Amino acid sequence: MQLARVSGTVVATRKDPGLHGLKLLVLQPLGPDGHPSGASLVGVDSVGAGVGETVFFVRGREASFPFLPRRVPTDAAIVASVDSWFTDDTPRAGS
Amino acid sequence: MQLAKIVGTVVATQKDERLVSSKLLVAQPLDANGAARGGQLVAVDTVDAGYGETVLIVSGSSARMAGQLQETPVDAAVVGIVDTVELAEL
Amino acid sequence: MRLGRVTGNVVATHKNEKLTGAKLLLVQPLAAAGTPDGRPLLAVDTAQAGVGDTVLLVIEGRAAGQALRRRAAPVDVAIVGVVDTIDTGSTRPRAT
Repeated sequence: MQLARVSGTVVATRKDPGLHGLKLLVLQPLGPDGHPSGASLVGVDSVGAGVGETVFFVRGREASFPFLPRRVPTDAAIVASVDSWFTDDTPRAGS
Repeated sequence: MQLAKIVGTVVATQKDERLVSSKLLVAQPLDANGAARGGQLVAVDTVDAGYGETVLIVSGSSARMAGQLQETPVDAAVVGIVDTVELAEL
Repeated sequence: MRLGRVTGNVVATHKNEKLTGAKLLLVQPLAAAGTPDGRPLLAVDTAQAGVGDTVLLVIEGRAAGQALRRRAAPVDVAIVGVVDTIDTGSTRPRAT
């Protein structure tokens, strides 16, 4: 699992039926210091996250698990909104 | 998932029989701003995508959850055609 | 999946029993234009490919195992097709 900032939304009308009705968000992964770390990607939202929020997401086949028994073809899913996190005794605001 | 642009098609007659009749597309991954990023890959099309379109690609074992790909040896599938990407000023 | 060109073969007599009989080839990943793109890989061949062929690679464990039709085979790259042509839209189809 990884922290990310939701930096945008993706609209796709023509898509796999398994993705219908789901929100697609652009994710910028973050390092523990809160700075961008790595390439952006697109994730499926399972928690009602929005642009500007800090979230954490899972990659791989497990990304489809929040939607079971529905078959959702995704390799990245947002599974939580982050309120805050702490590293080296430094509190950090979530979103 | 990653954003990508379709830059080509692949014809392969001699292939795993579970891939027969699959359309194979060459995709160039993009960052959120639309710039090319990383190596090109080949993905099975499940949404009738075409040359020049921006698409959504799912990779790894998750790709086999798309379309009718359950038992096929694929690791990337085109699962959506992107209309717009809206980025926030953060 | 990736495009690649077969650049060599590998003979390994002593190997995991799940790989018995599998043909191992060295493959250079390619961009659609035919230029090298990334580091060479070792792949099991399930499509009767040969040196010099342009091929289609799956680069993921379970897909590669499915290509080989063996459960839990210790492979992560497999050749699943031999490419006839690549059409990049801008030019005529490039025979490989």
